[in-house]
Amino acid sequence: MNDPSTSPKTPCSGNCACSGNSAPPPADEPTGISRRTVVKALGATLGVAAYAKALAPLTELTKETSMDEFIQKHYKELSKEEMAAVIQRLTQEAKDHYGADVTISDPQPVDGVKFGYALNLSICNGCRKCAEACHLENNHDRPSHQSYIRVFEMSKGSMDFEKGNAHYDHPVPQPDKYYMPVQCQQCEHPPCVDVCPVEATWKEKDGVVVVDYNWCIGCRYCEAACPYHARRFNWTKPQIPAEEINPNQSYLSNRIRPQGVMEKCTFCLHRTREGRLPACLEACPTGARVFGNLNDPNSEIRWVLENKRVFVLKEELGLKPQFFYFFDE
Amino acid sequence: MSDPTPSVSPATSDVPEWRRYLRFLGNAVSQSVEGGWKFYVWMTLLTAIFLVGANAWAIQVRDGMAVTGMSDHVSWALYIANFTFLVGLAAGGVMMVIPAYLYNDKEMHDIVLIGELLAIASVIMAIMFVVCDLGRPDRFWHMMPIVGKFNFPISMLTWDVIVLNGYLLINVHICGYLLYKRYRGQPPVAKMYVPFVFLSIIWAISIHTVTAFLYCGLGGRPFWNTALLAPRFLTSAFVSGPAFIIVAIQIIRRLTHHRFGDGAIRTLVGIIRITILVNLLMVASEVFVEFYTGGSHTGAAKYLYFGLHGHHELVPWIWTAVAFNIIAAIMFMRGRLNELPVWLNTACFLAFAGIWIEKGMGMIIPAFIPSALHEIVEYRPSLTEWKVTAGIWALGFMIYTLLLKITINVYSRNMRDAQGQRTIESKDALAFGEHI
Repeated sequence: MNDPSTSPKTPCSGNCACSGNSAPPPADEPTGISRRTVVKALGATLGVAAYAKALAPLTELTKETSMDEFIQKHYKELSKEEMAAVIQRLTQEAKDHYGADVTISDPQPVDGVKFGYALNLSICNGCRKCAEACHLENNHDRPSHQSYIRVFEMSKGSMDFEKGNAHYDHPVPQPDKYYMPVQCQQCEHPPCVDVCPVEATWKEKDGVVVVDYNWCIGCRYCEAACPYHARRFNWTKPQIPAEEINPNQSYLSNRIRPQGVMEKCTFCLHRTREGRLPACLEACPTGARVFGNLNDPNSEIRWVLENKRVFVLKEELGLKPQFFYFFDE
Repeated sequence: MSDPTPSVSPATSDVPEWRRYLRFLGNAVSQSVEGGWKFYVWMTLLTAIFLVGANAWAIQVRDGMAVTGMSDHVSWALYIANFTFLVGLAAGGVMMVIPAYLYNDKEMHDIVLIGELLAIASVIMAIMFVVCDLGRPDRFWHMMPIVGKFNFPISMLTWDVIVLNGYLLINVHICGYLLYKRYRGQPPVAKMYVPFVFLSIIWAISIHTVTAFLYCGLGGRPFWNTALLAPRFLTSAFVSGPAFIIVAIQIIRRLTHHRFGDGAIRTLVGIIRITILVNLLMVASEVFVEFYTGGSHTGAAKYLYFGLHGHHELVPWIWTAVAFNIIAAIMFMRGRLNELPVWLNTACFLAFAGIWIEKGMGMIIPAFIPSALHEIVEYRPSLTEWKVTAGIWALGFMIYTLLLKITINVYSRNMRDAQGQRTIESKDALAFGEHI
């Protein structure tokens, strides 16, 4: 009982910072806690606090992304029921984050249809109505004036983009210029699809290259691989006023994209798979744009390919674009 | 803790191997955080820098990558530049292994571990730079085989994931095994590590080749689309890796009682003398093709070296790199370089910094300027990018410092288990590098 060596069992004598009422230190603790240990413990505590503080912004993000989003499967692996649940969630998110009532569909490629696009450089006047229509149709971020279409003002007598300018702000058309809109060329061998490490982008049966916005990890390798500068990244959360949101949306095309993922032109598949025309074509005042089914011998696009002088951009890369340019005689 | 003998009972042979190994790891961790005031100041400084970087990254994840200087035109920049350089540094670590094992250079065995630990730290940093470059790091699991979708073998990025993680595991195994054996005072069993050493040589070359293929496989980026890219990557890696090791060895020599043979440094200097010149030759070859051929494909090279249509952002960078590389090459030509520590360290620093710019800012960014459609949108790293970059480098230095500390503790016999102690007493000290 009175073993003098077991001093730690005696209550605190009151000679230290702790009060006599507090619990005695654990029995097997040595009496002297060295100054070094105290300093270390203090340092460790401060360190943990500093880490928590430094990473605090991440907790604000978790409010935006739900668990359902985190565990969502790849588009191709979603069952009908799962897709319905996902669409319901996305509809709710559009309501919560943007205050918009939207309808999200998932139209499938039509059998036997392969889309192609052609553009008449002889009559395009560079008005950029197509780019504007794309911006509105596809619910692009408003502050960055994003669009899938870039219109180049080119010098006559040259196909060199280095002599072109995509940022002109004078009346069009200029007499010594011609105009070249560039958007996704929906390559037959798309390098953007090859490089994606997670198969978040692929080519559909009807020839449209799409992105699963909820599977993309945002590495931007596809953007580096695209020779046509056709891909766009969501550098921040897109801002669109509720009243400007196009409510007619589909999963793989114009629904509002999340922050940090890649997006691209889909030939407006939410329209074209239902027999309508792309928004850029409808907006074109000169009729420079021709869209249709390459497999249909009676389509207008086939007539253009057979009767006009047609070329594709950067043919030497061997990517076989499904987007064609032509001149009138 | 620092004196292991009393805590181990005589019946140590009954303890299962895995418990011994856990005890070794525990010992390693507890000893690695012990040190003098210089060590604490160094680690606190690195922690502070790391936290600044972690905070910047957290804000970037929250607010989007708009907080970087990147754009749709320049979509890869400082992070990927550092990633590329660090893959090289990791591959360069193997330049100690080749002389030691293929040429049986005894003195080189001393510093093999120093090189492999550098490889571990650099690969971790490289992986962190890629993670920081992701728009959606929360979806990292999409990249994992089986649970996610791993686009293998088509995407070069999946190859890179495999080779980088594989290289990390190989080096962790080699270093961990050799240190543990040393800790136990047992000679290492050759078949447990020598095959991995040879594998690591091939693997080191593969990590940098695959990383080069990430870029040179893109037909739409003429600046990268050159078969010389992978050899150029390797050559510059064999400059930066040894340059870093030379400086690291000199610092270790100054701070601890370890005496590394001068022979190792002499060999490394010999390696750099050749590789630095080959690297310059390759740069010259590429510059010749770009400028003599002309045409619009020259846009990126023109932009990089001289500026294009009034845009000059990268010009000061690349000429700094060119100057550093040439001055370093001349300094390395000096005959008795290893007898002049200040001269040697300066040359190593210049080579290291020169390669960092050339492989980083000078390799990644010009591929995007002019863009695929020849638009010129310039790039300058934002403060966020600098903070994240500094943070990852700080963490890399922390990891390297701790790994070196464990290694030196084991080799200087501060950290041994009981059996290890007895072996030393009976057999006297083993030479530092006898079994590595």
